[in-house]
Parts: sequence; structure tokens; C-alpha cells
Amino acid sequence: MLSRTAAALYWLGRYVERADFLARLIEATVRLDALSARPAGEAAWRSALSVSYTEDAFEETGKDLTQANVVRYLTLAEDNPGSIVRCLDAARINAKAVRTALTRESWTAINRAWLLFRNRSNPGGPAAVLTMVESVKAETRGFEGAVHRMMHNEATWLIQLGAAIERADNTARLLDVKYHILLPEGELVGGTMDRDQWTTILQTVSAVTAYRWLYSEGLSSANVIDLLVSRFELPRSLAACVDEVVQLLSHLARRTGLQGEADRMARARLMRMQKTRSNDIIMSGLHEYLEAFIKENALLDGAIARQFRFI
Amino acid sequence: MAAAKAFDEIWGHGGADAPRAEFAALAEWIASTPPEELTRRQESAEATFRQLGITFAVYGESEAAERIIPFDIVPRVFLPGEWKRLSEGLVQRVEAINAFLEDIYYGNQRIVKEGVIPPELIYQNEQFRPEVNGIRPPHGIWAHICGIDLVRTGPDDFFVLEDNARTPSGVSYMLENREAMIRLCPELFKEFRVAAVDSYSDLLLETMRSVTPGPGKSRPVCVVLTPGHFNSAYYEHSFLADSMGIELVEAADLVVDDDIVWMQTIAGRVQVDVIYRRIDDDFLDPLTFRPDSLLGVPGLVAAYRAGNVAIINAPGNGIADDKAIYSYMPEIVHFYSGGEAKLPNVETYRCREPDALKYTLENLDKLVVKLVDGSGGYGMLVGPTASKDMIEKFRAALKAEPHRYIAQPTLALSTVPTMSEKGVAPRHVDFRPFVLTGSNGVQVVPGGLTRVALREGSLVVNSSQGGGTKDSFVLMEDVPAQSQSQNGGAMQQTQTAAGS
Repeated sequence: MLSRTAAALYWLGRYVERADFLARLIEATVRLDALSARPAGEAAWRSALSVSYTEDAFEETGKDLTQANVVRYLTLAEDNPGSIVRCLDAARINAKAVRTALTRESWTAINRAWLLFRNRSNPGGPAAVLTMVESVKAETRGFEGAVHRMMHNEATWLIQLGAAIERADNTARLLDVKYHILLPEGELVGGTMDRDQWTTILQTVSAVTAYRWLYSEGLSSANVIDLLVSRFELPRSLAACVDEVVQLLSHLARRTGLQGEADRMARARLMRMQKTRSNDIIMSGLHEYLEAFIKENALLDGAIARQFRFI
Repeated sequence: MAAAKAFDEIWGHGGADAPRAEFAALAEWIASTPPEELTRRQESAEATFRQLGITFAVYGESEAAERIIPFDIVPRVFLPGEWKRLSEGLVQRVEAINAFLEDIYYGNQRIVKEGVIPPELIYQNEQFRPEVNGIRPPHGIWAHICGIDLVRTGPDDFFVLEDNARTPSGVSYMLENREAMIRLCPELFKEFRVAAVDSYSDLLLETMRSVTPGPGKSRPVCVVLTPGHFNSAYYEHSFLADSMGIELVEAADLVVDDDIVWMQTIAGRVQVDVIYRRIDDDFLDPLTFRPDSLLGVPGLVAAYRAGNVAIINAPGNGIADDKAIYSYMPEIVHFYSGGEAKLPNVETYRCREPDALKYTLENLDKLVVKLVDGSGGYGMLVGPTASKDMIEKFRAALKAEPHRYIAQPTLALSTVPTMSEKGVAPRHVDFRPFVLTGSNGVQVVPGGLTRVALREGSLVVNSSQGGGTKDSFVLMEDVPAQSQSQNGGAMQQTQTAAGS
């Protein structure tokens, strides 16, 4: 496989995953804002910007922190490289560059997702926004399904590797921001607001039902953290992403003979993860833990690029 | 007006009373399928093309940076006898093109020495590449893939309009149009025994492998070289690489070391044997051609000169499909084959010759005048429909630089029934079949790209000028009843299976 192809496949995986995550984040924030016992307002939208690394850039646009403005910025804004439309655009450019490595179905799926957003400028009211993010989720699911039906070879694994690295980053970021920034002063831990926010987090990673299955004692922040950090059976947990990265790298190693720094880093991370208890993390500082995780994830990303000679 | 007396491929010259005998069934299909139904199917095909991203980019248009070429659902049909004559003519012409290139770049320039072609027409031609002079490509094949543009004016009157021996495009449309037709109009394939086109990719790969340099490798590495995804024909490049199962590379993926071409893969370097390049000569190798090109591979021509890589089509081929040389093609075919050209040219006035220039200047309102190095419908005067100003502009240009122009009569191009806003109506067409040449011989794929001028009366079929495409059916000869079950697959030699 060409080095350029490998890089494009990996980034294709990352961008599709990012678009999907943004859609979920917006959906959850709209719900938090609209459905919770009292409107969550500015704080909710500020945290959505923060989770997606776009808080400063949004501020520079000089727009008010309203739902309409933030939603437009995160979905359709051409001047925001982190918007859904720009993620899909980047995904499609990568897919186009490696069309020969994709099946017709995979390519069509990403092209369809892109066509859906092209030439749209107004996301509309909350109902229209929910419809729109729903269709983003449907399209990215369609892409994921198509990728799963590709031959089990380097191309598929590189896309999935990109997605897994991105997903790990997203979940860590989501937890970090929501846990530390969201709850305004004066609100009680365990109060209505607090509950709403934890529910939002679960919704963002589609884990509301999973939570109910696993924890009988009702909603608690410790349990949500446990679920999202160390439960291997939840696909969006850090543990599951870490595990998936190790597996994908070893598939790639068997097939291409390429293994090295990236494999070692990923395996060491997995071993640490298997021994980690979420209570200990909370005790010693969740924020520090997540910050370190995000940093390590970025280092791993760099190691992958070197190992597969990305150009 | 030309349209009024044009030959219609279904209805003949006879007007609307009765179709040509062989096309009664097709005429019946058109008449009996409601126009809305045809429109629905056509829109469905175009929606699929859009979804698959079967697009081309129009340079200088940022709004609709990617467009689909309009697709017309009424096919154009060739009878077995028509196709046989056409193929023979195409093989003869492409063999002559290859012989000509060999003679000019590697042989003794016999054709010049014997006075058939004036030397300045070759050596002063911008398309002549001294950089590749004296190089003989692997197996002596120069024009591996030719697209020969044809027009038709009557039942047996086919004329070559243009030879494309550099990087002819359009083959992906030939294949995708067929896919769409099989899906949307399966009943037509019951009615007609249409030769399959989808073996094109296999034949192309065979052709590529057949010109691997040096002693036979069991698995030569073949690649398609594209300028990148912003190129107007990128879809076609990826389509071809995909259907052959080979890598689609960009210049950045290749590196030349010690006159060997390598591609950079995740597992390190892999030697490349055969390159189907979709980059023009000018941009192929900055060390040899344009030094400012970022699309090319430095050192590629040196590797080619050293005989370590085959380049498809060979650099320098432009001299064979140049419009000035075109007018000599009947002589070229005669010179190398010893026989008369089976496919005639459109009558052509070389404005560099005083008599021809005089005639052209006197008849500008009746002629089509073209720049010898123009393409895509640009730099062209269509006399009968041009304004007075335009004609005078060309008159001045012709007088100033006559050698840059040729002129041809406006032909009554054949028409084929085509969907229009007012239902099915005749529209002018041309045709580009594809001819493959390897060390394994010359092959014509039974089909090609029919381009259609969608505007009433228009003769301009270029996609950049609003033309569309149609599927082109080549009908198979009737065969004995027992092998008819091999419906549609008869292009390959499947007869060996008949005994089992």
C-alpha cells in the first residue's frame, strides 16, 4: 500500500468519527438546553464549543453565545475547520484520494454524507437541527457499516485505527470538559442540573441504556466516569478504544510486518488501563488523568504516522 | 440547415415514415415507452452518477466545481457489419500511427526523406519532442491507447475527425453508461445481443503487462499516474486503477533512483515497471520538460531512456495526433500499410498551403476553422453559425498565422434520437472508440463513447460545451443457436467452451 494512501485512510477514519461525534454533541446539548428541568443556556453551548476545541475561534467571530449561533458554527460554518461540514469535506477529500482502496459502497456512503450538507447555510430551529444531526449519524453509521464489509485488510484497519484514535480523544475531551467546566457555581453536586449534565454525557456517547444495565443504583458521577473510562464493553469508553487500537495495530503488523513504537506505546497503555480503577482516578484527579491521556493519544498518533511512513 | 438533411441512425434518410429495417424494434421501444418513464430512468441514472461522484471538473468554475456529464438514455446502435468495417479501419489507422512514431523518433525518418510529409511540419512542430528522440519504448509500442474520434454522415460514411494518441479519456463513461443501461433498461438487452464492454479493464491490464520492459516478470508492477483529485478526469483515473486492481499514484508517491522508478509504500520501496500516465508530456518530468512542474516525477524520462520503465502512452506521441499531421493521415496510412486508408479523413484544408488558404478565406461562412493545437472546442470557428465579427476576427488571424489553422467543411453529422424537453428528437452525435495496442496485438473494444450535442441543431458535442453522452451498443453477429446462451459475454474468445 502506498504511504500516501495509508495516511489518507487513517485520516478518513478520523474525520468521519469526528463528524459523528460533533453530531452527537450537538444533539445532546440541544436536549440539555431544551428538555432539562430549566434551560441550561449559555453554559451548555460554551461547553459544547470547549469539547470541540473551538471556544476561542468562536469568540473571534464576535457572535453571541446563542444556540443558533453555536449550532451554525459547529455544523455548517465554512470558516470553522472543526465544523461538521468541514470534517465531511476533509473526509471526502481523503476518500477521493484513495478511492481505489475503498469499495464502491464505502465511497458512496461518504460522498452521500457530503452531498447532504453541500450548499446548506442555515441549520434551522431545534427540530430541524435534530433532524440534521440525526441524518449525519445515519450517514456515518452507513459508512461504518460499509467499511465493516470491506475486505479485512490494511485499508479497513487503517480507517478503523483512525476512528479509534479519534474516538478515544473525543471521549476523554467530553469527560474532561463536562466534569470540570459545566457545573456553575452554586449548583449542588447531585442536583437537577448535575443530573441533566451527566445524562447529556451519556447521550453523547449513546450509553444511557448501557448505564442502566450496568449500574443499578441510579445516576452518579462516579459510575458515569467508571463507564466511560474503564468499561471495556462500552465501545466509546477509553478502555475499549485503547483495546481496539492495540488489536488493529496487531492486525496491521501481521499483515504488513510493520510493528514498532506505536505497538509498544499502545500495548503499554492497555496494560495500564487494565489495572486502572476509576475510583483511584477520581481520587488522584480526573482532570490530570484525562489531560495525560489526551497527550499520550496525540503521541501515539505521531508514532503511527512514523511507523506507516505517512506522507 | 444541417440538421434537416442529416442522416438519422435509426430513421435513416427517409424521414419519419419508417425506421431502418434493423432498428424497427428500437423505434418501437422509443415509441412505446412513455416519455415520462424515459425521463424518470434518465434522472435515476444521473442521480446514481452524482452519488458515485462520476464527475468532471470544469476549470475556472468554482460554483459547480464538479459536474456530471448529462446522460441520454436512448442508445446508439452499431450493426455487426458496420462495426466490422469500422474496426478494420481503426486497427489499420492505429498500426500506422505506431509505425509513424517509430519512424520519426527511432527509425530513419523515411516518411520525411521520401517527401511524404514536409520536414518542417514535424521538426518545427511544438508537439515534436526532441527530448525523447532516439528512445525506443519497450517492445516498440508507442500509442498503447488511442481514442479515434469519428463522425458519420450516411449508412456507410464514417470519417475520422481527430486522432487521440496522448491520453484519450472517456472510457469510464463507456463503462458506467453501460452499467446504467443494464440496470434501467434491461428489456433492451433482451431485444439486442449487445457485445460486452466490461472486459476493457482486463484488456488494458493485459496490454500494460505485455509491454513490461526487460525479461518477462511474473508479476510486473503496473500503476496509473494521476495529477491528483483536482484534475477534471480524476474519476476516470481512479476508476481505471480500481477496475484493474492496481495502484493509483501521484508524483509524490514515485521516486527515481539510479534510473529505476520506485513507489513509496508503507513497507518501503517497490519497483514500478509500467506506468499508465494521465499527465501530459509537459508535466511528466521537470528535469526533462517543464522545470516548474510539480506534477511530475524528476528523472522519469531518464529511467524510460534506460529501458527500465514503460510509459503509456509514450512521451512525444503528440506529433501523431496533431491537427496539422492529421491532414496527412491518409498518406501516412498508405505509406506504412501499402494500402488505402479504410477510414477516410474529413476533407481538410491546410491553411499553410496558399491554395487552401485562399479557398478557406473565400468560404469562411461555410467552413469549420480550427487551431492545429486547440482542443475541447476552444479556438474554433463554426462558419455557418458564427457572427460577422467572429468571421472577421478569424480572417485576420488566418492571414497573420496561416500555418496555425486548418479548415474543414461543415458535415451533416448523423443524428440519433435523444431525450429533449419536447420528447425524443434527433440530435447530432460523434463517436470515440478505444483501440489498445500491446506486444500482444491490436484490439478494438466493441463499444465506445458516443457524445451528443443536446441543443437542437448544435454540432458541438464537447462536455465542456454542454454536450452529453449515450451508451453505444455494438450488436453481435448471429451465432448458431447453441451458443446464444452466452448472452452478452461473447467478446472474449469463449468458443472453446462450446464443446463441453
